[in-house]
Amino acid sequence: MKKIKYSEVTPEKIYNNRRYFIKSLGLGVSSIAMTTLPLINDVKSDEENKLTSYKDITTYNNYYEFGTAKGDPYKHSQNFKTNPWNIVIDGEVEKPIQISMDEILETFVSEERIQRLRCVEGWSMVIPWMGFSLNQLLSKVTLTSKAKFVEFESVYDPEQMRGQKYPILQWPYREGLRIDEAMHPLTTVVTGLYGKKLPNQNGAPLRIFMPWKYGFKSAKAIVKIKLVEKMPTSSWMRASPREYGFYSNVNPNVDHPRWSQATERVIGNDIFAPRVKTLMFNGYGNEVASLYTGMDLKKYF
Amino acid sequence: MKKYYKPSIFFLSLIPFFVIIYKIYFNQLGPEPVKEITHHTGEWTLIFICLTLAMTPLKKLTNLNIWIQFRRMLGLFVFFYATIHLLTYVGIDYIFKWEPIFDDVFKKKYIYIGFSAWLLLIPLAITKSQKMMKLLKHNWKKIHRLIYVIAIFGALHYIWLSKTIFFKPLIFAVIIFVLLIFRLNFRKFNN
Repeated sequence: MKKIKYSEVTPEKIYNNRRYFIKSLGLGVSSIAMTTLPLINDVKSDEENKLTSYKDITTYNNYYEFGTAKGDPYKHSQNFKTNPWNIVIDGEVEKPIQISMDEILETFVSEERIQRLRCVEGWSMVIPWMGFSLNQLLSKVTLTSKAKFVEFESVYDPEQMRGQKYPILQWPYREGLRIDEAMHPLTTVVTGLYGKKLPNQNGAPLRIFMPWKYGFKSAKAIVKIKLVEKMPTSSWMRASPREYGFYSNVNPNVDHPRWSQATERVIGNDIFAPRVKTLMFNGYGNEVASLYTGMDLKKYF
Repeated sequence: MKKYYKPSIFFLSLIPFFVIIYKIYFNQLGPEPVKEITHHTGEWTLIFICLTLAMTPLKKLTNLNIWIQFRRMLGLFVFFYATIHLLTYVGIDYIFKWEPIFDDVFKKKYIYIGFSAWLLLIPLAITKSQKMMKLLKHNWKKIHRLIYVIAIFGALHYIWLSKTIFFKPLIFAVIIFVLLIFRLNFRKFNN
């Protein structure tokens, strides 16, 4: 079993300096401007935007396919096979395609995208993902006029994913977005983190990430992207429709029926650090609020 | 030999407390330390509830009275761990900010029922002594049957806070259910 040693990982200090280095060269300005934009946020102090450590990001995960404890995905995913890997894009498209992971990595340039993750359980991280916008991937197909929603299907392989042997959720894991959400530049196809290949426990080889939605919306190990006309039912909606809605936008004013969403704990902070206030759309309101103009977000939670 | 039983159980019952102190001191609590303390103390509260409830059935099954001597001490450990659990939530998690706490207690059913269970533990802890037992006579037994309600509340508290149907909360619920069923049967036999 190959385990990633902590010593193999770029130390975060050097990693952080690397970003200043790029900045000082005046290169990659566009990507930095775009990706750090939601982070340069007057409400959040620098301390709260500090990158979560590689260790915490890769050992503290919700990924029920590998077990329900936070440490399970790290423990039980190290032998998960991600090569070869193909992704099907079908449904309401002119011509369905199948695209290999190798081709995706060759065709699309992954850039660094530092984004905040807010889990529905009330904790958060700041993660330097590597990735590109989903709309780039979707440009490989021509959508029909009926393509109103996107459904993501994760891999189903109970032999390799022990959690799928239990009916904790309906397998394979399904998630979905409205087409305008899917086309939003912040909706990211993730291929790596901390400048490295995406670890298995974080959803390798390919996952999506929407920083303004609760973490569970961001499906991992995707094998199928289906364009559909009707709003898809996600695995969590099926498990408890009263508690998990289709949109699941981070919203401090709409509580989970059983617990508050007003505050969050920042992963990696010490034991006596207070909770921080959760921000509307996880702090990405300037970018995404317009998607929901006129919608009652209490009703469409 | 028998005189060592009680001190041994007392010491063993403190081990989960020392474990958490050790973990706090040596920073072994992982990425979400507050949750770790809350879960650890919560789980041990439930374990001690189960142990306390197991003493009467054990006495009946083995025909040994020794079990009853441990019951009160184990019950006090329920109160001990439940109190640390509550203090972690109030003091460390919400650093005594009463507004969100009141909001939680009255609006969130798992916190409401958990807090109720702790309140119900108070009369049991106060009336634990032999003196009180004599003073209250048969009422003492009635008061201490509150532990059945507390056990059910504790099991529900755990089930309701879980995101979906998880194995561990269900196991506690089943154990508590079985231990309570024992009571029903004994009542019938006794009558």
